[in-house]
Amino acid sequence: MIQTLAFYLFASLVIGSAVMVIMARNPVHSVLWLILAFFNAAGLMVLVGAEFIAMLLVIVYVGAVAVLFLFVVMMLNIDFAEMRAGFIKNFPLGILVALILFLELFVGLVAYGAGGIQLGTPDGSAAARMGQSNIEAVGALLYGKYVFLFEVAGIILLVAMIGAIVLTHRQRPKGARGHQDIGKQIRRRPDDATVMKQPNIGKGVEL
Amino acid sequence: MTDLGGIGVEHFIVVSAVLFVLGVLGIFLNRKNVIVILMAIELILLAVNLNLVAFSAFMGDLTGQVFAMLVLTVAAAEAAIGLAILVIYFRANGTIAVDDVNRMKG
Repeated sequence: MIQTLAFYLFASLVIGSAVMVIMARNPVHSVLWLILAFFNAAGLMVLVGAEFIAMLLVIVYVGAVAVLFLFVVMMLNIDFAEMRAGFIKNFPLGILVALILFLELFVGLVAYGAGGIQLGTPDGSAAARMGQSNIEAVGALLYGKYVFLFEVAGIILLVAMIGAIVLTHRQRPKGARGHQDIGKQIRRRPDDATVMKQPNIGKGVEL
Repeated sequence: MTDLGGIGVEHFIVVSAVLFVLGVLGIFLNRKNVIVILMAIELILLAVNLNLVAFSAFMGDLTGQVFAMLVLTVAAAEAAIGLAILVIYFRANGTIAVDDVNRMKG
């Protein structure tokens, strides 16, 4: 009973906030609705016992991606009102495509319900053992069978990080404020930077 | 295997299908605003994740959760790169209206 209640609560909230993400006039509000959608999706995942992915969703999406979106939305000084010019014009076509897509997905679901397709790992090697918590089981699989995919995921993140830095890095022209000469910084020695003085009492120091 | 008292994998799939369709609809409706388009893509990837996790839980096969983690990785990388491109585009043009981006049409 309580599971049914929780499922419908999370499901209706996630769908409602997804609607608000695409309908909100202000992109800042969109980001906030997106955070609510992620939280409720994490709730749905906890409901089926996938705690690790749920926590990952909250940490990665809410902690990193949504904050990144907020930064960019607030950093760029844009008039968002004119951005909505084509909203009404595109509405009928969008609804049509969305309806077709949903019907297709629904047909797929009905076909799945009719049975006949074998899904999953047939030898059962990827199943959680009794008494093993979700995070233990996922960890064993991730660092065992799928360790190569795990490494590839790390490399994807590295490439994305370097790409984002290279794209947005701005080299300041020589002489301009904020220009960084790394060679000059490395050549600097303590003798150039500090000086020892033994001032007499009552006398000032001239630098 | 998971028992949720009447809630089956179909319920989760319907939710994730609705989320996916809403993401696609968001791309259509906000054709001018790249930031909202990127958020709609995040919604689509969230729907995919939900689908993977639901199947994984109801079939007792954890591979789906490992792949959901990989999808999460790609989503984070995509958001970072997309927003970086957005920032440099804004720096160069002073706007982010994507329907003006047709310089490569030839």
